[in-house]
Amino acid sequence: MEATTPAESYTVASQRFVETNLVRKKLKAEQTAKWFCLGMVILMILPLVSLVTYVFIHATPSLNLEFFLEVPKKGMTQGGIWPALVGTVYLVLVALAISAPVGVMAAIYLNEYAKDNWFHRAINLAVINLAGVPSIVHALFGLGAFVYAAKFGYSIISASLTLAIMTMPVVITSTREALNAVPIAFREACWNTGATKWQTIRRIVMPNSISGILTGVILEVSRTAGETAPIMFTGAVFYKAVEKGDLFPYFLDEQCMALSMHLFAISTQVPNVAESMKFATAITLLGLVLAINATSITLRMWLRSRKKW
Amino acid sequence: MSDQPQQFGIETEDLCLWYEKFQALIDVSVKVKDGLITSLIGPSGCGKTTLLRCFNRINERYGYVTSTGIIKLLGKNIYDDDVSLIELRKAVGMVFQRPNPLPISVYENIVFGLKIHTSRKDLNRVKLDEAVEQALTEVGMWNDLKDHLNRRAIDLQLEQQQKLCIARLLPLKPRIILMDEPCSALDVGGTSAIEELMYSLKDRYTILIVTHNMAQARRASDECIFMLLGELIEHSRTEELFLNPKDSRTADYIEGRYG
Ligand SMILES: Nc1ncnc2c1ncn2[C@@H]1O[C@H](COP(=O)(O)OP(=O)(O)OP(=O)(O)O)[C@@H](O)[C@H]1O
Ligand SMILES: [Mg+2]
Repeated sequence: MEATTPAESYTVASQRFVETNLVRKKLKAEQTAKWFCLGMVILMILPLVSLVTYVFIHATPSLNLEFFLEVPKKGMTQGGIWPALVGTVYLVLVALAISAPVGVMAAIYLNEYAKDNWFHRAINLAVINLAGVPSIVHALFGLGAFVYAAKFGYSIISASLTLAIMTMPVVITSTREALNAVPIAFREACWNTGATKWQTIRRIVMPNSISGILTGVILEVSRTAGETAPIMFTGAVFYKAVEKGDLFPYFLDEQCMALSMHLFAISTQVPNVAESMKFATAITLLGLVLAINATSITLRMWLRSRKKW
Repeated sequence: MSDQPQQFGIETEDLCLWYEKFQALIDVSVKVKDGLITSLIGPSGCGKTTLLRCFNRINERYGYVTSTGIIKLLGKNIYDDDVSLIELRKAVGMVFQRPNPLPISVYENIVFGLKIHTSRKDLNRVKLDEAVEQALTEVGMWNDLKDHLNRRAIDLQLEQQQKLCIARLLPLKPRIILMDEPCSALDVGGTSAIEELMYSLKDRYTILIVTHNMAQARRASDECIFMLLGELIEHSRTEELFLNPKDSRTADYIEGRYG
């Protein structure tokens, strides 16, 4: 109203800055929600941390350099895990060598060339859904397709092909994410100078997404290090005699030992294996995956630091 | 056609364009003269960008775009069978609202087009160096940048980035330069620098510039086109259009009665 003097109206008006009951209630809900969500984070981390700690503590008696370098002895109850360690590294590297070029090229096609039509939508849908296929199904497929039909026999190549097929969908997805992170404006700038799509991809898109692509591919493929069924069906064996510390014990057309398989064997198939050996094998598998992840993250940071935007 | 007295850089007849069902251009017939700066004004969403993008056939990339009508650049129908999209885009340079230098060095930005369009054996360092010096001189940045050619283009000031985007077109010797609100991300100084640059380039190119800024259209262009809701309303000399618009809608717009 006109009658009130400015001073009075300010006193009244400034009352609106004061906390009301409704605000107090909202703030309380805010606090509750925050702590509740934090609680869930702890609930999630706790089992993980205790698991790793538990395994690590039980593994310590067996953890030493000899354990890594030595071959299994006395019906696998003594000695180390060298053949299995090398075998897993082989399987993952070969799978990586297959899955990276194929997956990356496929992702480039789908992301950069494919028009939005029913055929490509169907492929996209297939890629997404294939990521959910259980590994035992892949194992059977690998057995039928690579071991028998393609006559690669039980071998590293069959097992790695199976692992590669298994990771292909996620490799494609992660590569597409990396490609999509390159702003569309860069592509348009190229097209507007008359660059072909391939020139654009090679000169601008790839150099700027390579860090994301590489890390994605390595991370996804390294996850398969722990897979058991797909390699058990196609190329991994319980035991294979190799030299201690031999870096090249296997040929690609031979079977190999693998950490996941070895862990399965000494835990369920072989009697009288020291507990600490099982845990040490488990922690080695864990450490291997972590090491690969750490490498790929370092690689990403290094490539990022050289990025031009 | 060749003995026709007036040459047109860009010519369209009854150009219509649809984004799916939505008609964004309605019977646009326009003749843009070579060697002049022509500005294209109109309220937001009237189809200025769409029209510009027709001229290097970049709209076609979207599967849902259809168009009818004729577009001729330098007298040639760009939908003729013997027209190569790559050569077309080489001859028609485009500058965007936001400067979009490529994420490479200043030097590499300028020679990017050359490298893409020339086979490797025809390229040598001397030729590339020359092209860079010439292009940067033309946009007036050679003295500022000659010692910083390896800097990342992204780190330049916006105004320099935009000039670089123009410089990047020059080694390809375009005939037509299309600019879509090239100054809207720049401050006053940057804007007048770009305008001066356009002025110095205009003799040799057909320049078509979209702008929201009527003062700019008035200052910097020889001819002016006014569009509204996908239609071309008026096209005349700039003073003419601003001083006595023939169409009442043009008058309304330049007096600020539309957004
Ligand atoms: N890719 C597209 N898909 C569908 N509709 C579009 C697309 N691009 C533009 N349009 C529509 O076409 C009309 C004209 O758009 P255009 O971008 O050409 O306008 P403009 O005059 O450049 O506007 P502004 O001044 O805001 O840049 C608008 O109504 C817009 O919504
Ligand atoms: Mg626009």
